[in-house]
Amino acid sequence: MRAPGTNEILLQVEGVSLVFGGVRALTDVSFDIRKGEIRAIIGPNGAGKTSMLNVINGFYHPNHGAITFKGQTRARMQPFEASRGGIARTFQNVALFKGMSALDNIMAGRALKMRRGLLWQMLRYGPALAEEIEHRHRVEEIIDFLEIEAIRRVPVARLPYGLQKRVELGRALAMEPDLLLLDEPMAGMNLEEKEDMSRFIIDVNDHYGTTIALIEHDMAVVMDLSHRVAVLDHGVKIADGTPDEVKKNDAVIDAYLGVAR
Amino acid sequence: MLYREAGQFKVTYSEDMAIFPIRQDRVALAILLGIAFIGVPLLANFHIWPFGSDYLLRAILLPFLILALAAIGVNILVGYCGQISLGSGAFMAIGAYSAYKLGTGVHIPLASLGFAISIPPLPVLLSILLGGLTAAVVGILFGVPSLRIKGLYLAVATLAAQFFFDWVFLRVSWFTNYAPSGSVNAPTLNFFGLVVGTPIERYLLCLIFVTVFAVLTKNLVRGNLGRQWMAIRDMDIAAELIGIRPLYAKLTAFAVSSFVVGVAGALWAFVYLGSWEPLAFSIDRSLQLLFMVIIGGLGSIMGSFVGAAFILILPIMLNLIPTQFGVPLSTETITHLEFIIFGSLICYLLIKEPHGFARLISLGKEKLRLWPFPY
Amino acid sequence: MPSSTLISASRAKEHCVIALGQFLEVLIGGLMSGVLYSLVALGFVLIFKASGVFNFAQGAMVLLAGLALVRSLDLLVAKGFPLWAAIAIGIGFSVVIMAITAWLVERFVIGPLVNQDGLTLFMSTIGVTFILEGAAQMIFGSDAYPLRLFPTDAWFLFENLFPGGILVNKLDVWGGFIAGILVAGLAIFFQRTKTGRALRAVADDHLAAQSVGIPISWIWFVVWFVAGLVALVAATVWGTKLGVQFSITFLALKALPVLIIGGFTSVPGAIVGGLIVGAGEKIAEGFLGPHIGGGIEYWFAYVLALAVLLVRPQGLFGERIIERI
Repeated sequence: MRAPGTNEILLQVEGVSLVFGGVRALTDVSFDIRKGEIRAIIGPNGAGKTSMLNVINGFYHPNHGAITFKGQTRARMQPFEASRGGIARTFQNVALFKGMSALDNIMAGRALKMRRGLLWQMLRYGPALAEEIEHRHRVEEIIDFLEIEAIRRVPVARLPYGLQKRVELGRALAMEPDLLLLDEPMAGMNLEEKEDMSRFIIDVNDHYGTTIALIEHDMAVVMDLSHRVAVLDHGVKIADGTPDEVKKNDAVIDAYLGVAR
Repeated sequence: MLYREAGQFKVTYSEDMAIFPIRQDRVALAILLGIAFIGVPLLANFHIWPFGSDYLLRAILLPFLILALAAIGVNILVGYCGQISLGSGAFMAIGAYSAYKLGTGVHIPLASLGFAISIPPLPVLLSILLGGLTAAVVGILFGVPSLRIKGLYLAVATLAAQFFFDWVFLRVSWFTNYAPSGSVNAPTLNFFGLVVGTPIERYLLCLIFVTVFAVLTKNLVRGNLGRQWMAIRDMDIAAELIGIRPLYAKLTAFAVSSFVVGVAGALWAFVYLGSWEPLAFSIDRSLQLLFMVIIGGLGSIMGSFVGAAFILILPIMLNLIPTQFGVPLSTETITHLEFIIFGSLICYLLIKEPHGFARLISLGKEKLRLWPFPY
Repeated sequence: MPSSTLISASRAKEHCVIALGQFLEVLIGGLMSGVLYSLVALGFVLIFKASGVFNFAQGAMVLLAGLALVRSLDLLVAKGFPLWAAIAIGIGFSVVIMAITAWLVERFVIGPLVNQDGLTLFMSTIGVTFILEGAAQMIFGSDAYPLRLFPTDAWFLFENLFPGGILVNKLDVWGGFIAGILVAGLAIFFQRTKTGRALRAVADDHLAAQSVGIPISWIWFVVWFVAGLVALVAATVWGTKLGVQFSITFLALKALPVLIIGGFTSVPGAIVGGLIVGAGEKIAEGFLGPHIGGGIEYWFAYVLALAVLLVRPQGLFGERIIERI
């Protein structure tokens, strides 16, 4: 329902297949993600959506096929290379660092960008402190943006689920990613929280220009937020297009509602 | 009422990130440092209570300082980075023996190559620091397996290090300069011309080391590297996915931890014991350090001090209290009681407060902020 | 010329036979002591298999069981009981002690920590170790108490083939026999009985097991009790070998490499691991030792375990650990 972004392709998934023992998680899946858009990946449970994100992330390595990100094609990518290349993600079961505060979690997201070595950090006063303050500025911008100032110092384990998800989003944003992968960001939220999170996602896309790939079950959210949608079912892509096109696609309706045989 | 943050505004990030943001804490620290650096030496010099005899200084404060330093090292590895280590005793030994060899001159004949590596005895300070560095290098070597093996399995690897080095320092006589009895004496503690001999001087030396190291490690721990360590501890997979390299984080944890423990080992041997045998650094020592860290608080520099104090004081209490009540216990019974109390305390703390006394103290401080109001 | 080569040929053959004989003796001795390690390792596997907890206190349990047995035995014999009666009552007494210990540990330590991660539970067992060591010695005494339940002399096998024969310790053979019975018994217990199945369920997932109605407290009590019984068996064999004394607790440390090599969750793994460690140690000590300086037994098992860890982290028979996100 929203105006699409540019046509430049940021990520291209080509013929990716992923097999675990006897389970075919993904079979010959291909789609692309354009720069600046919000791409939704939907499908019934067990369709392979999270596996797809894990492949993009480098956490799983596909048995066949390749991923092209920012012009570079790779069959296997280590998670570290993905994050350094500009891919960040959030997780279905919030993967925050439970022993740290919200602020520290988001600061941890800046680890990639912090350069000062061990010895400078031991001394602290001087270059290391200056770097810490500089990154603290950035992180505070993100905290402002996500409206979580009040809970900066709270250990994340003590935060309610909705706020934890927001902190996790903040940590991903701290990496200043080109591509943000969100795995069910609205899971377990009530209507108000969903509206808040939707607003943040749209703002991230508008304000920072970040391309977003999003797995979500709530159809209303998907229709409102995304530019284009890819639909997976049993590891196979069954539809790809704008939300309106996908909504009317027979195969999609069958997959979700089941076919009477 | 007294302990309150109200009215203390921090206007810069550096103020916000200070070690002791609350002014009352800073005052308390200043007083503590004053007592430690000035008060204690003065009292000890004039033999005023409780420093009537040398006992308190020599047998309690000195080992407390050095073991607290070692506990800080162990805490970095176990508490901040979450890598369990049952081999810290071995790293103390590596620090001690390397410092000893460097302090007495190293001579390695390489007959096959036709020459010998010969290093003259190094000044004590340099030997101690290089001893720590040697321990750090070995620590990195033993840290490499930690990339593939975690938790329990890593504990076994560290035990392997412990037993292996026990054997090395016992059997390879080169380390003890071929002393027939197997025990060695520390070289003279000559720091830039000042010879450290009396208990007060030893105490001040260790105090300086401990203060400097505590500050440096605290800086590390609240900076980027500390966050990386804690991220690895909490969820290493997620850490990797946000761009932290597990290799770098774990190896630096091993390196820094082993360095601190190695220096503590060298201090223990040179300054506290004076002459020692490999037994001083056996698995009992490793377990003792682990207990200090668990009881004091995993992931807390201050906790290391609390834990060390506790573990040292308990046996003394167990010795003194029954005698005060007129019921002297045999040393054996005291040892058994110690075991029971330690074990129970560990279990209790793990159940009630896994973050040890340090957390209990900070909870206490939070209560104190509200005092005398209930909420 | 010819006669000297003949003489040297026969002498070479003699040397070979002697060397082979020595090797066999060391190997058999090693395998036997390996079986004894397996006895201790079995207790670990039991608890780990059933609760996912690595019980550092197994060694202390061996000490406790051994002390309870030997002290009650000595007391009863001194009071004039016939030996068989003393042994029966002594064993019964130890069994009761282990049951009480199991109940106390479950109630006050493991139970409260039911949902914590493995590392916390492991550290709590370190705490339990100290409590048991202190309490056992305080109650039963801290000397070394000899135990004579099995013959301790030796057989000399194959005396016609090898000069002097190959020394085989009768105690070690008994140990192997008992270990075999224990393994068979445990295997039946885990696979065939209802409790055994429940134990395996609990090991997999505490919460899930609770939600299908398995009473966790009872299960864990059973586990620790059975591990206590295994400790008692180990104590009878090791106590005869070494005498019941504090240093027996260090057996726990020796069992660690056995478990790493065999896999933490495998009963046959504990046996195979024990054999490998036992034989490996003795052979290394015998053949490498003279060159390097002796005392290799101290750390060889650990280095071996380390090597296995790097190549196959789950051990020879263990289950692969898969982490999901």
